[in-house]
Amino acid sequence: MSKQMTINAEFAKGLWEHNPVLRQLLGMCPTLAVTTSAINGVGMGLATTFVLTCASLMISLLRKLIPGQVRIASFIVVIATFVTIVDLTMKAQFPEMSKSLGAFIPLIVVNCIILGRAEAFASKNNPGRAIIDALGMGLGFTASLTTLGGIREVLGNGTLFGVQVMPHQYVPWIVMILPAGAFLTLGLMLGIYNKFNHRHEEAALRAARLAAAAKGV
Amino acid sequence: MANPSGTGSELPAVSEGNLHLVTSPHVHFGWSTARIMWLVTAALLPCLAVAVYHFGPGVLAPVAGAIVGAVGTEWVLNRASRRPDTVGDGSAFLTGLLLGMIVPPGFSPVHAALGGVVAIGLGKAVFGGLGHNTFNPALVGRAFLQASFPAGMTDWSTAVARVDAVSRATPLGLLKFGDPSQFPADLATERLLAGNIGGCIGETSAAAILLGGVILVATRIASWHIIVSMLAGGALFGGLFHLAGVGPSPLFHLLSGGFLFGAVFMATDYVSSPLTHRGQWIFGLGIALLTIMIRLFGGLPEGVMYAILLANAAVPLINRATRPTIYGAKR
Repeated sequence: MSKQMTINAEFAKGLWEHNPVLRQLLGMCPTLAVTTSAINGVGMGLATTFVLTCASLMISLLRKLIPGQVRIASFIVVIATFVTIVDLTMKAQFPEMSKSLGAFIPLIVVNCIILGRAEAFASKNNPGRAIIDALGMGLGFTASLTTLGGIREVLGNGTLFGVQVMPHQYVPWIVMILPAGAFLTLGLMLGIYNKFNHRHEEAALRAARLAAAAKGV
Repeated sequence: MANPSGTGSELPAVSEGNLHLVTSPHVHFGWSTARIMWLVTAALLPCLAVAVYHFGPGVLAPVAGAIVGAVGTEWVLNRASRRPDTVGDGSAFLTGLLLGMIVPPGFSPVHAALGGVVAIGLGKAVFGGLGHNTFNPALVGRAFLQASFPAGMTDWSTAVARVDAVSRATPLGLLKFGDPSQFPADLATERLLAGNIGGCIGETSAAAILLGGVILVATRIASWHIIVSMLAGGALFGGLFHLAGVGPSPLFHLLSGGFLFGAVFMATDYVSSPLTHRGQWIFGLGIALLTIMIRLFGGLPEGVMYAILLANAAVPLINRATRPTIYGAKR
């Protein structure tokens, strides 16, 4: 029972509480650069999730063999292997998306989220937990990128996943698909995320205080 | 002059029987934020009147849109963050009016309102409200509009023109992209002074802006250091390049585009300009240099907006560099 709970928590923490984009602010380069549309966000997110999950599994399996002094270099070799797989697969299967994501697919090699999870989690936990953690983080990354890309696509192009959602009279705000729009949207998303969490924490604190007071009586 | 009520200041005062406590400053000029804001608004009226005369009453639509957007955002955000209402101090109204003055005469009122929302929301409120913003809010709104609607922001032809001449390219646009010899009259100094040329709503008539500037300097609202240094810088750098055979005469630089409007109404914003006079000189000269460089060597015909925003970003540095030495302290 309690083990099940921890696995659930391990998975869920990447989605919200320790969300790689909104809380850890890692992987900002692809987050800001490729999210000009929702579909780009999905593509980038899933590619990263695949690399993250496979790399976490491998690193967790190898964690007792890799000497501490060369661990970062070893992690990079493992990660680069999977990035190459993703890059070539996307070029063959989804050439259009591969073109629009450009250099950011090969750059997954140096994505901080992957290296961060490898260093902080996979190299210290068993393969099962490493996979669950990687999936949670990867899907949290994907969800954030898709939301960011969706907002920018709707406002900057009038479409969502390529489907026209805004009325025809709507004049797109071109700034939203320019780099400035990425910063503005991400900033506002972070603000809303923090506001929501503060409110949540305050409510939890009040509830705890009430419970303590009730116990005292 | 310990007068807690009626000075217009919002200083806290405590009264208890015969004991009467008021915090400093005790000698107060008696001017409130609201009074300054409404005086600047009054100083803008000549420009607005000239715009209505040249472009027709249609120009009031984008101006009203920008004001509604700015004031509405101020009201909503104060409500949402449970802060005291600051709509009454007139700063949001002024930001909206300033933004409305620097869009083309035929600009969509809805888009102008969006600019007002961005100016107050992203230009001011996110930093903590009036007095906390790094950048001039009206220019933040305009930069957003410029990047969002590049076609609408450079469309000078939709104006309801009373005079034929106003419905074509701006003088700077002619110099950059067109053939100036086709419309030599548009580049004449009288036209630039009177304002019957293409351009943003409030920026075309140099005479009206100068009148507003005289009001601001006479009432000591605006720092003359910034205005004079920016004009001197424009004349100096524009003149140097002109002597070297690049670009128009320095007088044309000063009177065309948004140079005067920026110098009088934008660069002199209290919040986003340097504190010391020395800093203000550096600030004004810097804006002038950036403007001339963008105009002559950049991809855009006009650069006052970006020049002022860039200089705004340098203000904390200027303030630190020009901090006066305390009397008696070692240099």
